[in-house]
Amino acid sequence: MRKGVIVKVAGPLVVADQMQDARMFDVVRVSEKGLIGEIIEIHSQRAFIQVYEDTLGIGPGEPVESTGLPLSVELAPGLIESIYDGIQRPLDIIYERTGDYITRGITVPPIDRGRKWAFKPHKKEGDRVEGGDIIGSVQETVVVEHRIMVPISIKGTIREIREGEFTVEEIICRVETPDGMRDISMLQKWPVRKPRPYKKKLPPEEPLVTGQRVIDMLFPVAKGGTACVPGPFGSGKTVIQHQLAKWADAEIIVYVGCGERGNEMTDVLIELPQLKDPKTGETLMRRTVLIANTSNMPVAAREASVYTGITLAEYFRDMGYSVALQADSTSRWAEAMREISGRLEEMPGEEGYPAYLGTRIAEFYERSGKVICMGSDNRVGALTTIGSISPPGGDLSDPVVQSTLRVVKVFWSLEDRLAFQRHFPAISWLNSYSLYHDNLEEHMKKHVTEEFPEQRKEAMRLLQQEAELLEIARLVGMDSLSISDRLVLETTRSIREDFLHQNAFHEIDTYTSSEKNYLLLNLILQLHHLCEGMLEKVIPFQKIQGLRVREEIARAKYIPEDQLDQLREIEAHIRSEAEEVLREEGESNA
Amino acid sequence: MLKEYLTIRDISGPLLLVEEVEGVKYEELVEVELPDGDKRMGKVLEVNEDKALIQLFEGTTGVDVTKCRVRFLARGIEIGLSMEVLGRVFDGLGRPIDGGPKILAEKSYDINGNPINPFARDYPEEFIQTGISAIDGLNTLVRGQKLPIFSGSGLPHNQLAAQIARQARVLGTKEKFAIVFGAMGITHEEAEYFASDFEETGAIDRSVLFLNLANNPALERIATPRMALTTAEFLAFEKDVHVLVILTDMTNYCEALREISAARKEIPGRRGYPGYLYTDLSTIYERAGRIKGKNGSITQIPILSMPEDDKTHPIPDLTGYITEGQIILSRALHRKNISPPIDVLPSLSRLKDKGIGRDKTREDHSDVFNQLFAAYARGKEAQELSVILGEAALSEIDKMYYDFADTFERQYVSQGDYENRSIEETLDLGWKLLSVFPTSELKRIRGEWIDKYLTRFKEEEPKKLAKVA
Repeated sequence: MRKGVIVKVAGPLVVADQMQDARMFDVVRVSEKGLIGEIIEIHSQRAFIQVYEDTLGIGPGEPVESTGLPLSVELAPGLIESIYDGIQRPLDIIYERTGDYITRGITVPPIDRGRKWAFKPHKKEGDRVEGGDIIGSVQETVVVEHRIMVPISIKGTIREIREGEFTVEEIICRVETPDGMRDISMLQKWPVRKPRPYKKKLPPEEPLVTGQRVIDMLFPVAKGGTACVPGPFGSGKTVIQHQLAKWADAEIIVYVGCGERGNEMTDVLIELPQLKDPKTGETLMRRTVLIANTSNMPVAAREASVYTGITLAEYFRDMGYSVALQADSTSRWAEAMREISGRLEEMPGEEGYPAYLGTRIAEFYERSGKVICMGSDNRVGALTTIGSISPPGGDLSDPVVQSTLRVVKVFWSLEDRLAFQRHFPAISWLNSYSLYHDNLEEHMKKHVTEEFPEQRKEAMRLLQQEAELLEIARLVGMDSLSISDRLVLETTRSIREDFLHQNAFHEIDTYTSSEKNYLLLNLILQLHHLCEGMLEKVIPFQKIQGLRVREEIARAKYIPEDQLDQLREIEAHIRSEAEEVLREEGESNA
Repeated sequence: MLKEYLTIRDISGPLLLVEEVEGVKYEELVEVELPDGDKRMGKVLEVNEDKALIQLFEGTTGVDVTKCRVRFLARGIEIGLSMEVLGRVFDGLGRPIDGGPKILAEKSYDINGNPINPFARDYPEEFIQTGISAIDGLNTLVRGQKLPIFSGSGLPHNQLAAQIARQARVLGTKEKFAIVFGAMGITHEEAEYFASDFEETGAIDRSVLFLNLANNPALERIATPRMALTTAEFLAFEKDVHVLVILTDMTNYCEALREISAARKEIPGRRGYPGYLYTDLSTIYERAGRIKGKNGSITQIPILSMPEDDKTHPIPDLTGYITEGQIILSRALHRKNISPPIDVLPSLSRLKDKGIGRDKTREDHSDVFNQLFAAYARGKEAQELSVILGEAALSEIDKMYYDFADTFERQYVSQGDYENRSIEETLDLGWKLLSVFPTSELKRIRGEWIDKYLTRFKEEEPKKLAKVA
């Protein structure tokens, strides 16, 4: 392919002339240093290139060469436990090669070419296969079986399939198609900006259990659903994302650190290999792919990082897994778009963001879902997308927040008021919502408890009532509230402090199973009902307020998962103490 | 021999447009020689075919289109470094201004640096004792963290920064420690305050100062923090020194950035600041940290004054999104004569959880912290409530919290510029203040710590702590 010549350099934007062969979104190598870039605009022979590396020291006259291929990711065994930058360069290998800093123009294959994997065929010679069919598998880590699929474009009859140890580039299978013999290796490529196909989308019906009480109980997200977490700085977005990466019951986690802090990625890198998955007993890193494009890394690669992440996630979804993609933070992605758009001198939309911001965000979230995968076995995979948003000043009228809210189904609104009170997770119970309640109801009834929906509604009703009562109390004083209103406040305080509040750094409190979740809330509501009964029998409020069992409830969340019987004991204590109070009261009246 | 160009076409604000140039690179360093021999430094902001857009650091006063000579130096902005920089004072572009000799450099470094590979980072988790309760106890600083001070005009942020520089130490170690101080657009008096404070305490021998004062060229400020951080990286990662970098005042830096952006007629973002302010700030703040296998570390304390004390102003806002927490100073506390006037509720150290606890500070730290915090928050709420409804409206327990909030501010937060409290003193003081509450109120503290510390404290501690109160 012919080489072009640089004519202009302005930050991450480079313009090259004599690029008549160029196609939109092709990857190019810029200058002798070989910096990676992508064509984002063409004016006759001039190509506008966003460069994924620092353009310092680049000038007019230097060459530009097109690779003729769009920005793609490599898909093969070896993805799990990797850490990549925004354009899928392995940061651990770069570290070995160039040391502590990321230097420019390095090319390292994302997938280790030398490593051999034990391939086990699931099909045999003579089988008819089509795109998406699983022809065999590789045990990539203890918990992840990497299923090798027939590339989408191939359909035919297997003429040869091998078993044994292969590198990702070696041929493992030969398929005879109407257009001739096709060789299949374990390595595939896929352009990041093109969603991977599926047969059919299904409505999400199963919850993604996150182990976070306020999420699982009040604002659940479904497997295959979408959620967003907007909040000002310091409100705990990243902690929530980390908690989900650690505890969500997805089979594969793809975590994209997009324009965020370097130390946070290090935190994930150090912590995940140490934490044990409650289900498999293996370390959580064994199911995780990390993409780290920290804020000081080049801005254009930040733009690409979310696409790289979601393409990897789609690939695992296609194997029939439940995958969770977490993007922290999508605001940085939007800002990268804004920066490039500004350099292109495009007409800006709201707040300087490009006019296509909303479209891009919608396209991104729409790539999630529960689907019937390609292939003849109709397996089901799910891709859940959770994006955090960092609106300036925590202002929810920010265009990124508004564009996102139009497409996502779950909104976890973080409030700094709660964060100041160190109420974490600082998810507001009044402003947040989940539109999956109806979808998930059946599943919850069947797998957790029949009372689940009722419980949730009652808790929400009480919390709503609390907000109204506090408003009144603020205007006319606490004394004006009736005793039953005071009881509501007492109960909601317990819901807030003993149930919704969850300490991510406490070894037991950090994860709560659905069962414990239900039992905990049940304790608080049971007590509430009994207290209501006591009030009817004119027991003084002080006595109700001073029940000893309240302290037991307050500490109930620290009961380990394997001793949940203790929660049932507390329930018995509630009853016995209530009876005791009633008896004493009866005696003193008599 | 470098080519000289006499082809300046346009001059507007700090920007020059030079035509008919050859081989010019993006971000290249430029020297402009005025007819009177005066030399100005600048850098290339954009190259478009044979036209180069240059930003001059020292302004364009006296530059003309006919007689000025432009030379492209074929390198970026660099600074030559060796251990000799310790104890020296430089201007904002790294030229010595203390009358001392030139630095004999071991090596020259590009001041833009390269991003640290996230894989190479080591997680910051070594507790730094600053001797300030509001920081050590509630917003713990760790080595390799970037923790800014959000302040306002007229608040004692300089005193606080100087106190941290004076008292900061890591428990139980005797490692090399240095301070790199980068001043951007502060007054001579403020710079003098730091210089003399460093001198009095002997810290000057292990300090490097980069001073761009209010009367120095504003655009030089773009380079100053990068000079300081390149020096810090050299000391930390090549000479195994633990470096504390103090940058003040970031607001002036951002304003200089806005000035250039406006001169280039870029589409402005919020409040006229350029859309890439976040990216630009991150290339400064993210240069803090620790690296695997290296003994040194860089801890950053940038200071910024919030215009109108507004935390949602773009500068504090974007800073907060990059840094690992923030220490916020409060005007109300300052008026109450609380010193340092740290507003504990909105302040935060994101890395504290990994830097506290057994073997780092003390096992009960995390719980005590949570409880103090919750109690103070509730006390503040009670105080607000009483303003509206009168104190009579408060319940018995709320009155307790009301009083607690006051005592907490006067005894815990306030300590004066020269009191240096050990972490044990800070934690015990926390227990003492909490001991006024019935145990049932101390929900956030594990039973075992209550048994171990509160009881022990109630029996033995009061005598010892009486003097602190």
